[in-house]
Amino acid sequence: MKTMTKARLKSPWVLHFDCGSCNGCDIEILAALTPKFDAERFGIVNIGDPKQADMLLVTGPSNKRNQRVLKNLYEQMPEPKVVVAIGECACTGAIFHNCPNTNGGIDKIIPVDVYVPGCAARPEQIVDGIVLALQKLAEKSEKEAD
Amino acid sequence: MKLIDVGDVIGMSENVNTNKKYSVLPFGPQHPVLPEPIHLKFIVDEEKIIDVLPNLGYVHRGIERGCELNDYKRNIWLTERICGICNYIHGATYCAAIEKITDTEVPVRAKYLRTIWGELGRLQSHLLWLGLFADAIGFESLFMQIWRDREIVLTLNEKTNGHRIHLATNMIGGARKDIDDSLENEYKKDLNLLRKKMDALKPVFYKDSAIKQKCEGKGILSKNKARFLGATGPTIRGSGLKEDARLTGYEAYGQLDFKPVVYEGEDSYSRMLVRFDEVLQSIDLIEKAFDQMPEGPILNKNDKFPMGHTVIRTEQPRGEVFYYVEGNGTNKLTRCKIRTPTASNIPALINMLIGYEVSDIPTIVHSIDPCISCTERIVYVRRNE
Repeated sequence: MKTMTKARLKSPWVLHFDCGSCNGCDIEILAALTPKFDAERFGIVNIGDPKQADMLLVTGPSNKRNQRVLKNLYEQMPEPKVVVAIGECACTGAIFHNCPNTNGGIDKIIPVDVYVPGCAARPEQIVDGIVLALQKLAEKSEKEAD
Repeated sequence: MKLIDVGDVIGMSENVNTNKKYSVLPFGPQHPVLPEPIHLKFIVDEEKIIDVLPNLGYVHRGIERGCELNDYKRNIWLTERICGICNYIHGATYCAAIEKITDTEVPVRAKYLRTIWGELGRLQSHLLWLGLFADAIGFESLFMQIWRDREIVLTLNEKTNGHRIHLATNMIGGARKDIDDSLENEYKKDLNLLRKKMDALKPVFYKDSAIKQKCEGKGILSKNKARFLGATGPTIRGSGLKEDARLTGYEAYGQLDFKPVVYEGEDSYSRMLVRFDEVLQSIDLIEKAFDQMPEGPILNKNDKFPMGHTVIRTEQPRGEVFYYVEGNGTNKLTRCKIRTPTASNIPALINMLIGYEVSDIPTIVHSIDPCISCTERIVYVRRNE
């Protein structure tokens, strides 16, 4: 394993974007970072800047107005990057499937690497999803180094 | 930042000098202070805020239209997902509206259960807000401390119905779950523990000089302005007005001898104190409700389709929520109009921000407890009339 990959996996910096969710998953992402679940023991740090992030956590079904923002954030992130769709509505649209302003799942806008189901997804699941996404990040990082 | 000609901007306030050029400072839609997307354009002169233009729509999903497309019973789950933080009260309000149209009598025990869970939702929301506010003013350890205490409430949610966020115990005509004796004891024990923890944190909020310096005198909203701009919830109670939908005595609030928390400070600090005191008040209300709750059935089923229309208002953690529900005797509603508290607090927020410095933005924006996913309804605003 290359040094850069090792460093990336040791401390993934995540960027969180609420793409029209009900807040349930967003507050669970924050709860995952607080003492009871403490995602920081895996080196996971929540960061507000897309240019410094390795991982994009997206909640919500995405709509016609914020799809541009989502795409923009994704494009601003440096390679290698992974996307984790958190919550049932980020995966498929779920309960908002027939609401007129939703796209139904963020994978119609940007490529998604890990899907975390649940409404709202539990903090354990979110941490699990991020750790799964780390494997993908390792693959992408190795590929880039070659 | 770029310089713009303010004459091009629609909806500017009186203190904008059209001959001068100002800077525009964008805030959001993706911003570390708020977990939710809202776009605020600050028109600033050096460091001073001259005007604010809110730009919404990033979380608009079309739930009101969705409510017309679904079966009216399935709307309970949809209205709960308007906002994950105040989910229980949204669902309970929708159920109350349908019960009002279909003349369903709710059993007394179910009314008490709704009160208890509503207050539990308020506890969760206010603790969440206190933590986020501490984070916004730079107290990360206090944020962590409060969120650790908040887990007590979430664990109670989980013990009740198996889920941390969405309680999902609403049913038209009552409740889906009952609280038995062992669970009641756990509620009492855990809430006692929470009260002890909050009492320990009390001096931090009441006496800490750093918090006082950052909040006192920031975001002044005078009594008259608060009433004129239609502020609700802790925002208006922090301006010394006794406004609370719980005073109407819906559910079991009429029997609980409820008195709203009111502070006269008119600034961000008093709005914070209102929320802190409401945490302690909610614990008291839950305990009082447990003492008075009678035995009996919890569900009164009525399969009549809704016919006619009604309005209903209840108190959410952020203020008053208003539902208008209209049915035509089929299984689908013809209209479900929802007005949420943050939507009515946004004019007040804009008024609070004007005249303060850029560094005060996080404190003031947070002081109304903005819940954007609630707010994203279509609102028709008339200006200059």
